[in-house]
Amino acid sequence: MADNKGILVVGEVAEGKLLPITAEILGAGRRLADELKEQVTCILIGEKIGDAGKAAVAAGADKVLVADNAQLKAYENGIYMQVMEKAVAEVAPRIILMGQSANGRDLAPRLAFKLGVGAVMDCLELAIDPATKSMHCTRPVYGGNAKAIFTSEGFPQIATVRVKASSPIAPDAGRAGDVIAFAVALDAAKIKAKVLETVKEEVAGIKIEDATVVIAGGRGVGGPEPFQKELAELAKVLKGAVGASRPPCDNKWVPDSIQVGLTGKIIAPELYIAIGISGSSQHMSGCSGAKCIVAINKDPEANIFKEARFGVVGDWKVMVPAFTAKVKELVQ
Amino acid sequence: MNMIVCCKQVLDPEAAPSTFKLDAANNRMVQPPEIKPVVNPYDEQAVEAALRIKDKDKAANKITIISLGNNLARDVVKKPLSMGADELILLEDPAFEGGDSFAVASALAAAIKKVGQFDLIFCGRQESEWDDGQVGSGLAELLGIPSVTIAKKAEVMDGGKVKVERIVADGYQVLEVSTPALITVSNELGEARYATLKGIMAASKKQPVVWKPADIGMDAGKVGAAARKSKIVKLFQPVKEGKCDIVSADSPAEAASLLAQKLRENKVI
Repeated sequence: MADNKGILVVGEVAEGKLLPITAEILGAGRRLADELKEQVTCILIGEKIGDAGKAAVAAGADKVLVADNAQLKAYENGIYMQVMEKAVAEVAPRIILMGQSANGRDLAPRLAFKLGVGAVMDCLELAIDPATKSMHCTRPVYGGNAKAIFTSEGFPQIATVRVKASSPIAPDAGRAGDVIAFAVALDAAKIKAKVLETVKEEVAGIKIEDATVVIAGGRGVGGPEPFQKELAELAKVLKGAVGASRPPCDNKWVPDSIQVGLTGKIIAPELYIAIGISGSSQHMSGCSGAKCIVAINKDPEANIFKEARFGVVGDWKVMVPAFTAKVKELVQ
Repeated sequence: MNMIVCCKQVLDPEAAPSTFKLDAANNRMVQPPEIKPVVNPYDEQAVEAALRIKDKDKAANKITIISLGNNLARDVVKKPLSMGADELILLEDPAFEGGDSFAVASALAAAIKKVGQFDLIFCGRQESEWDDGQVGSGLAELLGIPSVTIAKKAEVMDGGKVKVERIVADGYQVLEVSTPALITVSNELGEARYATLKGIMAASKKQPVVWKPADIGMDAGKVGAAARKSKIVKLFQPVKEGKCDIVSADSPAEAASLLAQKLRENKVI
């Protein structure tokens, strides 16, 4: 496999649009490819992919393979693996990149084990070791308490990249690149799992991943009501979204879909206000990309104060309404 | 239904970040005496998922736990038994130490092949030390069975297929999978049950089956660290600046108001 060349980016498309994570990993892939003086191929798997192929070229791909098929409408690893095996055989890439998304974290290990190579998951940084041309991947370990640089043996080297960890390149509609239909004869007999339906859990207002301001509550908030009342009120004033650490989700105070953390949403808003959140490493993994973290907590020793830029120590029940009132006055 | 649940013993992930220290020379964390080993929390939820299936018909369902490591704490690895699982197999040997997901999944696959009969395998979505999340999918690939990851619900349907709810970004997928299959479980499944006193008594009497590499047909020189596909180039603890500007005033309400003002001055709001 010494002849493996180039970067294969496994893209994701929803409703004919390239997902932001795909633009991010295309950016990461482009930088690696430029360093290696090799090409970036992007594969898009799904149904009704539309113009997403062109968008992938604009985001950094030299070549886009489009596997557009009604059977590929919903992600299921058994059927997606059939496409990936053929793509890997044809492209013979040096590196395969995926997003650390629901699909990427499912597909990457299956593909790695199939190919008998290692995968490095949830990477923050990717670099090429000049001496060996091997990819070095930096990722958080021990719940975010430490980081490690990994490299994997054999080719292709597979990595998934954390959401919002790398920047996309500025989209350039004039970039040259080929968009090619990629036909795969799918073997129905190999399919052991079937997606019956996909249930969308709609969140009212701004999605937490898209919000520039996130007001998050933790165990210290004490119950479901403050999320509807005080936190929602502050979010409204700052045109933000409400989030939570894991305990409020586990206690069913709020829906799981607003959980911020290593195993929840990874977000990078301009402003993150953590209310009654102690700041465990697992939680911080989800919000450490925020430009500014503000902590409101009654425990001055709480870890969140080691991560925050600004903070106040005291009872949130008194502080949040006073804070909201002042913010209202200032922003209006 | 024959169910297998893979459980890892980890250092308590709930320990305060301030107790965390690295043994950089050996690429692992130092185990401070005050931090106790526990069953990886996601694996406990995997046990819970299997127990919920067993609850429907205790006689028709059997749960076997497999744990891999060295010097495993018996009270920790027996916890799933005290919750209601039936058997415990330990892959316990110094040679198993230092493996990555590839090494661990390979040993588990060999052990499961030796067990022979199984319909469903449950794993936690990831373990709390390396947070790799590869063992479940990798194990399924090695065994050639379908996998559904990050599940919040798994139910056996009439006819023997399993209906799984798998979490995705904006909600969840509902899948139907034929057995044998592997499912990885996420915390959204809900809290794992506590061990009952009766369960603890019963578990204390049960002796785990202990297998060495040779017992599962593996060469001790080709498991654990020797079987890794990924290598650690460097392990380090990022330096935290910790420059929090703590705003204080005569009363909490005034402090909060002052905080708002400060955010405005710094153009944060």
